[in-house]
Amino acid sequence: MKRFTTALCAGVLASMPLVAVAEDSSDPIVIPIHNWSSQIVMSHVVGQIFESMGNNVEFVTTDSQAVYESVRLGDVALELEVWEGAFGASFRAALEKGGLHDAGDHDAVTREDWWYPMWTKDACPGLPSWEALNDCAAVFATAETGDKGRYLDGPVDWLKHGQERVEALGMDFVVVNAGSAAALWAEIGAAEADKKPVVVFNWTPNFAEAVWPGEFVEFPEWVDGCDKDPAVGPNPDALYDCGNPAKGYLKKAAWDGMKDKWPAAYDVLTKISFTNPQIAEMAKFVDVDEMEPEEAAAAWLEANPDVWQGWTGS
Amino acid sequence: MADITTQMNTTKQMQAGFSRSQVSLAFVAIAVVLTIAQYAGLLPAALFRLPESMIPPFAIWLDAIFTFVKDDLGLLAVTRWLTGGLQWLLDVTANLLFGKRRWPNIGPIPWTSIAAVAGVIGYYLGGWRMALLGAGVFTWTALIGQWKIAMETMSVLVVAAPLAFVIGLTLGILAWKKPWLDRALKPILSVLQTLPFFTYLLPAVIFFKVGPTAGAVATTIYAIPPMILMTTLGLQKVSPEVVEAGNMSGCTKWQLLRHVYIPSARTEILVGVNQVIMLCLAMVVLTAFIGMPGLGAKLLAMMGSFKLGRSFEIGVTIVLLAVMLDRMSKAWVVKQPEHFEKGTPWWKKHAMLLLGIVLFVLFILVSKVIPEAQTLGRTQNFSQGKEIDNLIKGFLNIDIVKSTTGFLRAFLNVQILIPFRNFLLSIPTPAFILLITAFSLWLGGQRQAVLAAVFFSLVALSGWWDRSVITLYSVISAVALASLIGLPIAIAAARSPKWSERVLLICDTAQTFPSFVYLIPAIMLFGITDIAVIFSILIFAMVPLVRYTIEGLRGVPSEMTEAADMAGATRLQKLRSVQLPLALPVMAIGFNQAIMFAFFMVIIAAFIGTQDLGQELQRTLAGTDMGKNFVLGLCVSLMALTFDMTLLKWANDRKKALGLES
Repeated sequence: MKRFTTALCAGVLASMPLVAVAEDSSDPIVIPIHNWSSQIVMSHVVGQIFESMGNNVEFVTTDSQAVYESVRLGDVALELEVWEGAFGASFRAALEKGGLHDAGDHDAVTREDWWYPMWTKDACPGLPSWEALNDCAAVFATAETGDKGRYLDGPVDWLKHGQERVEALGMDFVVVNAGSAAALWAEIGAAEADKKPVVVFNWTPNFAEAVWPGEFVEFPEWVDGCDKDPAVGPNPDALYDCGNPAKGYLKKAAWDGMKDKWPAAYDVLTKISFTNPQIAEMAKFVDVDEMEPEEAAAAWLEANPDVWQGWTGS
Repeated sequence: MADITTQMNTTKQMQAGFSRSQVSLAFVAIAVVLTIAQYAGLLPAALFRLPESMIPPFAIWLDAIFTFVKDDLGLLAVTRWLTGGLQWLLDVTANLLFGKRRWPNIGPIPWTSIAAVAGVIGYYLGGWRMALLGAGVFTWTALIGQWKIAMETMSVLVVAAPLAFVIGLTLGILAWKKPWLDRALKPILSVLQTLPFFTYLLPAVIFFKVGPTAGAVATTIYAIPPMILMTTLGLQKVSPEVVEAGNMSGCTKWQLLRHVYIPSARTEILVGVNQVIMLCLAMVVLTAFIGMPGLGAKLLAMMGSFKLGRSFEIGVTIVLLAVMLDRMSKAWVVKQPEHFEKGTPWWKKHAMLLLGIVLFVLFILVSKVIPEAQTLGRTQNFSQGKEIDNLIKGFLNIDIVKSTTGFLRAFLNVQILIPFRNFLLSIPTPAFILLITAFSLWLGGQRQAVLAAVFFSLVALSGWWDRSVITLYSVISAVALASLIGLPIAIAAARSPKWSERVLLICDTAQTFPSFVYLIPAIMLFGITDIAVIFSILIFAMVPLVRYTIEGLRGVPSEMTEAADMAGATRLQKLRSVQLPLALPVMAIGFNQAIMFAFFMVIIAAFIGTQDLGQELQRTLAGTDMGKNFVLGLCVSLMALTFDMTLLKWANDRKKALGLES
């Protein structure tokens, strides 16, 4: 790893003279990491790119919602994964208060919706259509839900409107909120052993895709205003009668002061853009191959020089 | 004279007790009438639940106070300035322990050196076994591939624990000197001890910056209360003769404190130190929510990617660290200061210190030659994450386990727990308050009843009544189930000293094992249901129940049990009429502890998925909603305090009545 970094430094330094920018501060660039692997590895990837440019980098573990407050205050310099669905609200709130700004989108798109692991299809062959799902609602029943199916939604504070959708579309499902992402995985993991059909909230890019192959349920397609205007969507009297947008953004956010303090690093940050397969690959190194995040990042950088060397200006 | 007062007290108590139970009964009767009226649909809505419009905006007021204190009074500037100093300290330890690039830039210390020094300290405190424990724990940590994250955790703890010690000791001494401070501190400490940890975390982040600094501050605050209490307790116990002797030899005030009081209160102070260490370790995982790196953060990341085995291993490391520090600090309590003959050469006096330094330097040198002695990478370790994964999954897949959990879910959850919850929710607010007041009056006394009424009325005024009732429901159900399971175990174990010891050891381990690790197996067993929540609380709450029951039963004077034997009592008779009544006050303390633990754990159980206060609290962590955070935290605290004071009062009264303690 050390040898690799040296090689990396040498490579980048050789190409540096062409880029004439103001000196970056020697203070460490603080990068926040959260509790899911793709974000941790991506942060280390970017951190190691910054280090290869001669910057000091430090990582700090933070809550994924509270982090925008920290970016705003400059306690951390940037955030690499701003999910439209999950963190859009916190991001916009912080944006309004001022102190951070949008540093561009990744190529990757994000999707969050009702999801089922592949084995579920055996019990309910009509999937992924939501009508088919509703027809076999009884398959998803649990001791507590009687003859209705159970849909396991994300934590209440993720505001996924599962309950509203069930009502709007007249589905025979009871919505139960998990308390954390870990709780969602535990449910899928428990169902895996005897291939019990389950339908849960899930999202992509995510490590779960690699562990449990599955599909999203196809709801009536998202139309703008579905969450504001009852007339939009199949049910004329209800909100949330569509699926979530299938192509949500994945953004980067930066502290306003970053541009002046670390101009070169900031410039690279605005250029950075990962795709869904690249993010999945990073997550896989950790989740499936059991590497440590630092090693995974180094391995990824080594395997994909053509992707990132363009950003550093070589 | 003393006899007369106790006699008077008892008569007064008897009179009061008579009317007390009558009043309690009357309260219960009114509550029942109110509830029946509600069922019959006769109760006006305003009496069932406090109308929205009458709920004062506590959260907004509190927010305004916070903003005033934070910005206008400039507290934020002060704390951020303090953060700078704390950051410097943490940077130094971080550099030494895991090589963060900061002054003094000499770290990281090789793991072999630290393990060797731990071994020497262990030997000094408790002989070979302790030495093996000290060195062994650190070796395990390195071999399992968790050295760096463990050191990230330790780098914060080695700052937070001494800080908590110094602040706690100082406040404890001051509280002992100045009775008014003692009186002012007592209620604050009670609240602090029952306040859910999420309520500590948010202010810590706002005032001390996200990351290790906030983690250190939250840990310190959490660990201070027992240090203050133990210090005051120890100093109050110092016998007047010793002080007299100090005075006669012409001590100044300071000398008296330094050379007379503190050494005499040594045992209590060291018990306080032990408590500080244990509480610090309890915060390792929780502070990960506010950016504390290390074992906790890794544990949460592992749980987030469904790696049961590796999160289990991290749990084991935390337990081992806790057991090691616990045993060592307890050995320190027992160990008497050594005294040497005059003329002993200095190297003999400090042999252990020297040995420690020599080994420390030796291993630093060794690690220059053999890199494995410096650090062990991920590829060289012996982590068995995947295997443990399969083991756990295999266990959960055994047919008997599955059918048992299926039965429990269908029967216990659907037939008992959910109806019970709905019943509690159907009780009108005033009736509920009356029931709680009646309970406090019956067990505790007038003072407790008044406070219970005030506390629960405040909860009702907070506007979070339904969620509070659901929280209470989880606590009550879990403690009730824990008693059903725990008491028979404890009673059986208490019959032989060998089994008592074994069960107590299991209790110790279960208590230090990070409760988060229980959550995933609980979900896999029971799904996201109330029963999973209650199951995870139950494991935690059973510990004090079992422990205090065993200690209570074993503490029954042998004269009493012998007398029962001689009177020809059967074992069951002896247990029922002699041992249990005498052990009851101690068991009540265990019961109280169980309730406190349950209130603690119910908040963590929000990660399974609940509809209680914990869920809302978890939600506030994401924002800067200090006002709401405090209102929710205080709701939990007020409910816990009601039980705390009632049960403790009852236990004390019983003890006095039985003549167990003066």
